[in-house]
Amino acid sequence: MKPTRLSECGNWVLERFPITKFWNDHMAHYYAPKNFNIWYFFGSLALLVLVNQIITGILLTMNYKPDAKLAFDSVEYIMRDVPWGWLVRYMHSTGASAFFIVIYLHMFRALIYGSFKHPRELIWIFGMLLFVALMAEAFMGYLLPWGQMSFWGAQVIISLFSAIPVIGDDLSLWIRGDYVIADATLNRFFAFHVIAVPLVLVMLVFMHLVALHEVGSNNPDGIEIKASKDPWGHPVDGIPFHPYYTVKDLVGVGVFLVFFATVIFYMPEVGGYFLEHANFIPADPMKTPEHIAPVWYFTPFYSILRAIPDKFAGVIGMGGSIVVLFLMPWLDRCKVKSIRYRGGIFKKALFLFVVSFLALGYLGTQPVTPIATTMARLFTAIYFGFFLLMPIYTRWEKTKPVPRRLTKLQTLEEQLHAIEEQLPAFIEEITEIKPTTAEIGDAAFRATFFNRRPNPKGIAHVLSRLAVKLKGSLD
Amino acid sequence: MNNKGVDKSKRQFLTSALTVVGAVGSGYLAVPFLAQMQPSVKAMAAGAPVEVDISKMETGQLIRVAWRGKPVWVLNRTPEVLETLKTLDAELRDPLSNDSEQPGSSKNQVRSQKPDIFVAVGLCTHLGCSPTFRPEVAPVDLGEKWKGGFFCPCHGSWFDLAGRVYRGVPAPTNLEIPPYRYASETRIIIGEAAEEKNA
Repeated sequence: MKPTRLSECGNWVLERFPITKFWNDHMAHYYAPKNFNIWYFFGSLALLVLVNQIITGILLTMNYKPDAKLAFDSVEYIMRDVPWGWLVRYMHSTGASAFFIVIYLHMFRALIYGSFKHPRELIWIFGMLLFVALMAEAFMGYLLPWGQMSFWGAQVIISLFSAIPVIGDDLSLWIRGDYVIADATLNRFFAFHVIAVPLVLVMLVFMHLVALHEVGSNNPDGIEIKASKDPWGHPVDGIPFHPYYTVKDLVGVGVFLVFFATVIFYMPEVGGYFLEHANFIPADPMKTPEHIAPVWYFTPFYSILRAIPDKFAGVIGMGGSIVVLFLMPWLDRCKVKSIRYRGGIFKKALFLFVVSFLALGYLGTQPVTPIATTMARLFTAIYFGFFLLMPIYTRWEKTKPVPRRLTKLQTLEEQLHAIEEQLPAFIEEITEIKPTTAEIGDAAFRATFFNRRPNPKGIAHVLSRLAVKLKGSLD
Repeated sequence: MNNKGVDKSKRQFLTSALTVVGAVGSGYLAVPFLAQMQPSVKAMAAGAPVEVDISKMETGQLIRVAWRGKPVWVLNRTPEVLETLKTLDAELRDPLSNDSEQPGSSKNQVRSQKPDIFVAVGLCTHLGCSPTFRPEVAPVDLGEKWKGGFFCPCHGSWFDLAGRVYRGVPAPTNLEIPPYRYASETRIIIGEAAEEKNA
């Protein structure tokens, strides 16, 4: 074929800038395990939300004023007077919460399928650094609207640093740039939120992905697909990321956007969880709101802080609750990665951990009462117990045999088909047909009807079978 | 050219020397970069004293004034409150204020120069929220043990009406008492120290 002018132009570029090679290395010839399930959507969704935050953030800075006298009003100006300003702001505020939902699910995926284990320890470490940077980004962004929650939330978090012995007071003074939260604090938080931390985030995302593409993705079976390769050197259980997973992720994006748009358009405050009510009042350094709570994504850690009745120990506990996550690859001594083949003790411990994480999150949104404090202490103990006892209980875990190749799960169609087949027998079991005799019209005419009535015995059987199955799945 | 006689130790020395010079230079540059985040001269100068007129205060009343951007409370305590304060020592972490911040003139059981007028910085010594003023005894939400005091809504710390912290709460020390002096019977200057008397 004769080279066209267009292809010559293309070649001229490719000789100088290897874009095709980059595309092939990371997309078209990057082999990912073929059994990714729903949990594997959240990585690409996190990337989508990051892009959303950057674009809407840039638009917001065009009208926002980082000045203690003007900040609150400039946010209201964006909401009321800037064309589509409300949409951009709600996309940004909802995006912040969505980011944490997506990241928490992404991290949970890593926990259940052992994606943090050898050889992916560094992916996990970079991911945890991303999580910490994301928390810093969210915290500093929350000061910018300069509402009551912005002000007092920042007051509490910066005071955390003053608990450090010797240097604490000077450190918190240095962070604030004033003796109280003031204009200087707002200005520097704006600088960090808009340029410094986003640069760190993008850099860490790059490192996270480079590390991932070097060792390859984990999968729900937790086995290395590179262990069995075809004659061309491709993993037999792998498929190219593009087009297979780009297309699959697009479906995830579509579903995500349905939820995202619903929140933006119909419930942007989510009952005070995404945007707290007290933050619609301008910051007042003289008066703390009656009930202050951080935004929902910080509440589990905040609960741990509140549960410990000592200032320095509380700060250590809160910091420690994040530090232990970094240590996961070394705390978990079990060689088996996926929860599918792990022992019952890990499943039970993980279940307790999830319950305590959610409970701590809920308690952190509630006012302090003696009962709530006791509960928070109990769940804090479980939270730390999950991590600190892990080297002990994972060592004696009774694992199941791990397959050499990826297993095939039933598709949704097959599952539906199976349900369809079992349904008549199931209905037969939980119901019984009872004859009833009724008089119709005059007493001389009697008729017998057959009615389907619930069968208590059958229902008890089904429930006990379900309980046995549930218990079995935890072993 | 002679390729054999490459003096590696000389190269190593030059590399090390350059690294050290570079590190020292970066260290010097880091000082202004980090120091520029310290409070500015303007922020440091903004700590002027504040005058409060207490002639119109009723007994039991609390007023808030801003000093150095912080809330400062002035509370006119009732005789009953002063009686209660004497009975609390066993439940407090630091009843005599040995580990707390206050001028010498306020280092006593009621933590003030004159027993009835209480002046304190209204920020919790835990994480800096402003506690709420709850003078009532045994309200429903705080329970039977509450004798009137300041309650921090953020993390549940308890202080009595002399700003002394209870045991078993997150706050480590009593509320801070700012330096203040009486300009006359009814005027308090917050931010200027009273003359220290050796009691």
